[in-house]
Amino acid sequence: MKIDVKKVARLSNLTLSENEKKEFEEQLSSVLGYIEKLNTLDTSGIEPTAQVTGLINRTREDEKTGDCLTQEEALLSAISKTKNLFKVPKLVDTTE
Amino acid sequence: MDITAFTLSSLQKGYQTKQFSVTEIVSEYLKRIESFDKKINSFITIDSENALKKAKDLDNKKADGPLFGIPFGIKDMFLTKGVRTTAASRLLENYIPAYTSTAITRIEASGAISLGKLNHDAWAHGSSGENSDFGNTLNPWNNEYVPGGSSSGSAAAVAAGFVPFATGTDTGGSIRLPASFTNTVGLKPTYGRVSRYGVIAMASSLDSIGHFTKNVEDSARVLEITQGIDGFDATVSEKRHETFDSLKNGIKGMKIGIPKEFVSDGLSSDVKSVFEESIKTLERLGAKIEEVSLPHTEYGIATYYIIQPSEVSSNLARYDGVRFGNDRSTFGKEAKRRIMLGTYTLSSGYYDAYYKKAMQIRTLVKDDFDKAFESVDILVSPVSPTPPWKFGEKANNPLEMYLSDALTVTINLAGVPGLALPAGFSTNSLPIGIQFIGPHFSEHTLFRTGYAFEQETKMYERNPNL
Repeated sequence: MKIDVKKVARLSNLTLSENEKKEFEEQLSSVLGYIEKLNTLDTSGIEPTAQVTGLINRTREDEKTGDCLTQEEALLSAISKTKNLFKVPKLVDTTE
Repeated sequence: MDITAFTLSSLQKGYQTKQFSVTEIVSEYLKRIESFDKKINSFITIDSENALKKAKDLDNKKADGPLFGIPFGIKDMFLTKGVRTTAASRLLENYIPAYTSTAITRIEASGAISLGKLNHDAWAHGSSGENSDFGNTLNPWNNEYVPGGSSSGSAAAVAAGFVPFATGTDTGGSIRLPASFTNTVGLKPTYGRVSRYGVIAMASSLDSIGHFTKNVEDSARVLEITQGIDGFDATVSEKRHETFDSLKNGIKGMKIGIPKEFVSDGLSSDVKSVFEESIKTLERLGAKIEEVSLPHTEYGIATYYIIQPSEVSSNLARYDGVRFGNDRSTFGKEAKRRIMLGTYTLSSGYYDAYYKKAMQIRTLVKDDFDKAFESVDILVSPVSPTPPWKFGEKANNPLEMYLSDALTVTINLAGVPGLALPAGFSTNSLPIGIQFIGPHFSEHTLFRTGYAFEQETKMYERNPNL
């Protein structure tokens, strides 16, 4: 199984060095090769298990449960902020 | 004062009889950390100032509260308000949380005092501790060997006598494996027993919040504090809050199963002989041992290495460098590998072949455990097929590293609890543990069995020479 490292890196929002690309292609392909062994098992008709607690639809009244973070606390660890807001990279390209 | 021999109860007795003050105890532990942790590297952040201040406050109060004056260490995956929390990754090297995780809030409200934040594989990804961006934690028993991961610093700190207990997280073995490698007791509770609120998420359907102690009694005492709903984690079960007072009831007549697939092949001779000796001990204590089968064990690692990286890729998507942390280029290699693997297995066209298939096999794995627990009360097995290995031995081969979790991951897939505890030593004097595994919410039975076992073996009396 060969993995398209460039494509997956783009989907993952990761920038890889040329060395990493080579290294990961090899390593991840070997892991995927190992995982192939699952195909020897027939799982048709078996319900998937996503969680094991058996709990479903845990809800509560839509009421305030405690104090929220202050604006100052929420911004504490942001590298880039402006006027008490998070500063984010431009997401929409308006030049096209 | 030999602080390495202290347990939670002996410390509390000392406080009640005014044998020593909290300040004296906290200072002694800090002194030991100061003397030896430069070598072991179990701490990322030592918080002496806050610890001594809290100790002084407690000395002016009456000695009560279930963990009154007990120093402890925190795996750096648990958020601590105002104290840097790194996930052992450069990405969060300057992150100061604005709130504290439920487990830590509860432990501190019971009177315990944090001495600081402990090292581990970055993002809890690893089996040896070698993936930390803050350097390797050494095994206190032999510095050339890994302490096990991912909770490497927690295990090493308890083994080295830096703290009497430490918190950890276990997604595929990250508490039990390092406990087994360091002669400490490591509890991975039932999924949903302890709130994950405020703990940096790794793989959300598998993450369990547990701890390391010197002995089983201490492990039960800490779980009594951390368990139960907090209103912030919807997977925590409502009715499960209990005290573990059946600890000393013995195990006469208890049915204990050995999963034959866990011991059939691939065990090193050291692990095999310690395990066989442990079975004899359990028989001597009155347990009935029988062989059981968990037929899908061989698919455990492959299943886990789809589900876990898939959930990792999703959880680590939140690190965009906007609200906290550095940008994504500061992820280490192992995190990048797992993000890539998970992104791939979840990507369009592959979801059914990988993630869905793995979740179906998860059903089969869980059914195996359910069936086994129809005929036996609990299971016993080795934790790792081998004793601790040397640094570098598996570091360049991710697949080989992943395979070292062969005996721990299926427990997480089934969501059942596991208690790892000291069982013996290899021919070159490295610790080897065993694990007890029970049905959901059977921690009381695991503690009872573990207590009987450790009273017989007294492995907790053995400490490494630093």
